[in-house]
Amino acid sequence: MQKKRDALPDRGAVLGCLAAFAVLAMLGGVLNPYLISLLTIVFLFTFIGQSWSIMLGLGGQLSIGHALFVGIGAYSVAVLNIRYGLSPWFGLVVGMALAAIVGATLAWLSFRFEVRGIYFALLTIAAAEFARVVFSGWEFVGAMQGLFFPAQSGPNSFWMLRGDARFYYYVSLAAVLLGVSATALIRRSFLGYVWRAMRDDEDASRALGVRTFLHKILVVSFSGAWAAIGGGLLALVQGSVFPDSIMGMGISVDILVGPIVGGLGTAFGPLIGTLITLPLDHLASAIGNRFGIPGLNNVGYGLALIAAVWLLPDGIWPAIVNSVKSITGFSWFGNLQRGMSRSD
Amino acid sequence: MLTLWGNVLASGILMGLVYGIIALGLTIIFGVIRIVNFAHGAMVVFGLYVGYCAGAWWGIPTIVAAVSAGALLFVFGYGLETSVVKRFVTRPHHIQFILFIGISLVLSGAQLITFGPDPRPSVSHLSFETIALGPIRLDLARLQAATVAAVMILALAAFLKYSTFGRFIRAAADNRLGGLMVGLPIPKIYAMTFGIGAACAGVAGALISPLFDAQPFLAVDFTLLAFVTVIVGGLGSFVGALVGGLTIGLTEAVAALLFAPSLKSALSYGLLMIVLIVRPRGFFGAKET
Amino acid sequence: MTDLLELDAVSRRFGGLLAVDNVSFRLKGEGITALVGPNGAGKTTCFNLIAGALPPTQGTIRFGGEIISGLPAEDICRLGIGRTFQVVRPMRDMTVVENVMIGAFSWTRKVSEARDAAREALDMVGLGPKAEAAISRLTLPDRKMLETAKALSTRPRLLLLDEVMAGLRPPEAAAVVAVLRRLAERGLSILLVEHVMRIVMEAAEHVIVLHHGAKIAEGTPRYIVSHPEVVAGYLGEGFRA
Repeated sequence: MQKKRDALPDRGAVLGCLAAFAVLAMLGGVLNPYLISLLTIVFLFTFIGQSWSIMLGLGGQLSIGHALFVGIGAYSVAVLNIRYGLSPWFGLVVGMALAAIVGATLAWLSFRFEVRGIYFALLTIAAAEFARVVFSGWEFVGAMQGLFFPAQSGPNSFWMLRGDARFYYYVSLAAVLLGVSATALIRRSFLGYVWRAMRDDEDASRALGVRTFLHKILVVSFSGAWAAIGGGLLALVQGSVFPDSIMGMGISVDILVGPIVGGLGTAFGPLIGTLITLPLDHLASAIGNRFGIPGLNNVGYGLALIAAVWLLPDGIWPAIVNSVKSITGFSWFGNLQRGMSRSD
Repeated sequence: MLTLWGNVLASGILMGLVYGIIALGLTIIFGVIRIVNFAHGAMVVFGLYVGYCAGAWWGIPTIVAAVSAGALLFVFGYGLETSVVKRFVTRPHHIQFILFIGISLVLSGAQLITFGPDPRPSVSHLSFETIALGPIRLDLARLQAATVAAVMILALAAFLKYSTFGRFIRAAADNRLGGLMVGLPIPKIYAMTFGIGAACAGVAGALISPLFDAQPFLAVDFTLLAFVTVIVGGLGSFVGALVGGLTIGLTEAVAALLFAPSLKSALSYGLLMIVLIVRPRGFFGAKET
Repeated sequence: MTDLLELDAVSRRFGGLLAVDNVSFRLKGEGITALVGPNGAGKTTCFNLIAGALPPTQGTIRFGGEIISGLPAEDICRLGIGRTFQVVRPMRDMTVVENVMIGAFSWTRKVSEARDAAREALDMVGLGPKAEAAISRLTLPDRKMLETAKALSTRPRLLLLDEVMAGLRPPEAAAVVAVLRRLAERGLSILLVEHVMRIVMEAAEHVIVLHHGAKIAEGTPRYIVSHPEVVAGYLGEGFRA
């Protein structure tokens, strides 16, 4: 019946998804520490990348300054936990709220004054850099020296979100699962439809009654809050926060590579993309160091990125789904979004 | 006190001219091709290394280094546009962004491989000399950089205004479709424009090599600097790039004086945000199509 | 009874150009009305003013007695005015039915209700069989009807159709007229911009003629084709009703 179709994703998709996550969960028990920590970072970057992907893939707003929100989340958790001994859960909630407010304000200012497209993207860069520089000089948050979490001692604690590497592996994996589910649910909800219409043609969707001004603010705010949660978790995993690392352009770029390469706006794109690109970067780095050629990883990674956007404009995940569809005639995962590669 | 302010402002103006030429490269590319060159900073650093090599290895004066850097980067830019960039001109912004990040990484990587990660201090005989202009002392290296920059800016302006190809470029910036219809050689124009933009970055980099240690990691900083400058002045406007450059040069100089040096870019970014919100076109910029 | 739509001395200026010049008319809320005139007469600008894409420089527009001039497009849509665009604007990434669902979200949040309403709208315009198709598979007449279905799913009281028959061959246009008649019979008021006089004669009960932004005539089709100013300025002597 139509009603059921809309509420739940195809059964095949759900089963496949759960199977994949079960495999990843089992790997958590057997992999060596290096891979555990690598994958944890992959998962966290995926989680943040999902928020970025929603903002552009569904909402049509490009952000090259997402580090702003990541940093807000990271610092909220760090400051409240390190300075005041409060549980990171509290820090995550505060971080989410602050990021939502900052995002809403930034969006309100921009769209009120008709700042769009590439100019909006440049504004996000400016805001992130401004915040980074301010935090670098702000004693309360540790300025350039940053803040350090006390060393982990004692048993893993879910309440205080403290634990060993494997603990964070599972927390991050859970976050990604949450992200995939949230993306899928949003796509199927009225927000998914309305946001995509707004992304494709703002004037036409306004003529159909879509309150685009409000929705644009909503999507930026929501994406920011989501990214802040990722930032908070990232702070815990890394054990420290510095303005240059957690609020720098590096983070903004690193989190968006995965979703673009993997498949913008799709539920699995960010995961597939980050799972490929992040380890690739590390591998290239290792090879470069092994042969005593620093910089080789940059060249290799750079070429890989160029190749990815040249050859697979929609991303890897849609390419996989489409080739499975043409080979087996079987349409997995229902209506997959297409066409983001064409000009806006 | 007045002398202090005078020196600071003079220094700001001189740097402003150099920022102006960096911005000019970026703005010409955007004005004509409507694409944002996020690899601009890496090209500036390339010029920086050329300047370093010229000074440290071969003892060549900075001016010659600047011209060679310009020529090299022109060829590189032209080639890059015809082989890669032109395929992305109609693609969405985020795809273009990844392309240029990729190009920037390849350039930085090549620089790392060739020179290693350690900063390479430049060895210009001008590095520490100053000249007195009334009560103000001007640092000779900066003065040279600014003068050469000014000359090159005038040369570029003359080219754009008086030469046939220069007029083609201006026409294409104004109205691409119309240009196509009257038979402008758009592909060649795009390639030339990108070459010129890259050359500007290279020239600027070589000019400031006496002032900065060359290292690959500066690429991002220069790209950001180029953006701030271009947007404040107006994306797509020649005069805007110069005004932007001077504004940012002065802003940084003043901010370094008034606030802690680490915060000086905060003022620039703050200004950038205000400009983007209140008047995204900058002082002179073109409207986004 | 209040008129459905009332334009009261409405003008719109673009710099030096007066695109709409002191236009006033009322629609009672029945049947099909046509807005005609040569190119550049101000018809689409009028639509944009009514639908809220642009505010008028002067004058007021009332819908169901309430002032709507100056409201944003999305609010006017929610008050009951649906519109199509002259250049068809489908949302690329979505199927036909998904495109039409957007309009339904102006009065419901439930995806299933929106989908049902969308299918109803598609059936009304004859696109029912193509509901799950991708946009790229639609012919031009289909796209025009898609535009109409999108506007219909917002549950309008007044439907503004901008040159919905442009580019259609006579049999295709006749099919569209049949659809419009059906819609009008269900109580929907339609205001359409149209060039082809033959269609106007067939489809519309009431005609308003614009020329250089001003209203020069208003009445039944029969009346306006013999109106001297209309004949002189627009139709030409050779026109036969």
